[in-house]
Amino acid sequence: MSKTMEPDLHEPSAGISRQGSSQNEWKHPSDHWLRGFVLDNRASLGTLAVFIVMMAVFMIANPTVFTTWYLYSAVLTTLPVALFVVVPLVFVVTCGEIDLSFPATMGFASWVFALVVQAGYDPFLGIAAALVTGTLLGFLVGSLVVYGGLSSLIATLGMNFLLRGLIQIINEGRSTSLTSLADSWAYRIFSSQFMGIPVQIFWAIAFVVLSAMLYNRHRFGAQVKVVGDNPDSAQQMGIDVKRVRVKVFVFVGIGAAIAGTFSVMINFTWWPTAGDGYLLPVLASVFVGGTPTWGGIGTVAGGAIGAVTVSFIQTGVVAAGLSGFYVQFFNGLIIILSLLGHKWNQARYR
Amino acid sequence: MAERLIELRNIAKSYGHVYALGGVNLSVDRGEVVGLIGDNGAGKSTLIKILSGVVKPTSGEILIRGKPVTGWNAARSREAGIETVFQDRALAVQQTIVRNIFMGRELTGFLGWLKVSKEIEEASRLMREIGFTSKVFTPHSIVGQLSGGERQGVAIARAIYKQAELIVLDEPTTALSLTETAKVFHFVRQVRASGRSILFIGHNIHHVFDIADRFVVLDRGKMALTADRSEIKSAEDLINFMEDVAHPGGLAGLHDTGDAEQRAR
Repeated sequence: MSKTMEPDLHEPSAGISRQGSSQNEWKHPSDHWLRGFVLDNRASLGTLAVFIVMMAVFMIANPTVFTTWYLYSAVLTTLPVALFVVVPLVFVVTCGEIDLSFPATMGFASWVFALVVQAGYDPFLGIAAALVTGTLLGFLVGSLVVYGGLSSLIATLGMNFLLRGLIQIINEGRSTSLTSLADSWAYRIFSSQFMGIPVQIFWAIAFVVLSAMLYNRHRFGAQVKVVGDNPDSAQQMGIDVKRVRVKVFVFVGIGAAIAGTFSVMINFTWWPTAGDGYLLPVLASVFVGGTPTWGGIGTVAGGAIGAVTVSFIQTGVVAAGLSGFYVQFFNGLIIILSLLGHKWNQARYR
Repeated sequence: MAERLIELRNIAKSYGHVYALGGVNLSVDRGEVVGLIGDNGAGKSTLIKILSGVVKPTSGEILIRGKPVTGWNAARSREAGIETVFQDRALAVQQTIVRNIFMGRELTGFLGWLKVSKEIEEASRLMREIGFTSKVFTPHSIVGQLSGGERQGVAIARAIYKQAELIVLDEPTTALSLTETAKVFHFVRQVRASGRSILFIGHNIHHVFDIADRFVVLDRGKMALTADRSEIKSAEDLINFMEDVAHPGGLAGLHDTGDAEQRAR
């Protein structure tokens, strides 16, 4: 009896479940808000997962150091500088371009800031001057790439050397000390501590949130994505493609000016090499964050989490008890693992 | 007499020493379906790109409702009420349907912030209008995941959003299935019924013959024929004429029908 019943019961149920699964495949994934959220943010959530796993490994390796506040305070002081350039770079990469000139822009804009402060003016005026400098340099670099029709990879690399060279020629390697900064209001607002937390991080978070909104909820972000995705179509639909491209370089210039100024305010000193060390960590952050290299899509939140990850590798490797020689190795490991993860994670419509 | 919507006068375009167009006149009246036919390399695409402002003509004049335009570009063309469904559909395949429909014409409020919910609402309405009744896709679906016909639907939805006065369809039936082609035809008739105009570009003369009120034949950058529907008895006549243009001396009939509207060369 049971033997004869078995196929009867089995067949239809198998048929129904097959039908059910095919219906599930066709149903749009965003039907449930949580699935929709996960799918819409898969890149940044993947980056967050990498970060959590990495921190867990560090904590297991050395629980005492990773529960002290000092470690986090140190990261939170330097991380904002990177965030101010990582986020605009997400826009640039989404637009199908790259900008390698931001370290020199950081150095140049903060140099202007240092000159203004050294001349005895209020640091707020210095910040304004640095922002103007960053905007102009971004416009210069962007115009060179866009209207000169040059490859952004090579042209911005050239501009990086050119601007850094100018700084070096004029300063002959001399740094500028700005001890008067410590008493200024600008320092209190932008670079002091609030309840033990470095105040820079609040500004950086505000910058990231505003940029994420620009990216997802503003005409600028929408056009940057479309231009990076298909510039010909964007042009056919009446978007001024060249202008959008120049704008992303200007955005990097502004971000680099803020970053440079913040780095000077941390150290009270401007060095002619200011910004140089950020080139590779910042680029790594963008791609670790889940923004692909081909343009059209990207994630600001992911880029920010990528910057946090990269910052913690440097601090964490040493704090975990390994020698400093391991830092580069782990940097590389995290970058490669993230890229593999994102490749596996990406929607398969390309 | 119907109002003249757009007129291209003596449009020429050369790429270096190569002439793509050598003095073409084209006009579209309100509520008219004009079929533009021509062989590969006849200059159809160049003419469309000039009309939609993507390519600048070397010489010639563009008139909108009788007024000459200056600084003609893609944005101006869309402002003037000309929407083009390009042959390659001009979609950004990694973006959502909403972002493609509002490409270059984002609905923005204060300081350029997007009106996201308004865009989604409008996109859903357009998708229903175009016959996107499937529950599989939402305005958030990525265009790269859609089939060819569905992508064509997105491109058409974008073109009808602003109640354009002239919709240019560049080879809209290429690579479409029979049912999808029928949908496009249905759409063309709908647009004409609503009193708007269509410029229909096609390889398939039967398709164009079925749908157009007036035919324009381009041949190697020159106008070979302009004829009303009433002057041409069948699609075969058109095909014969085109063969005659390509290989002169084969056919006589059409040249000698002698009509004011006809500007045969």
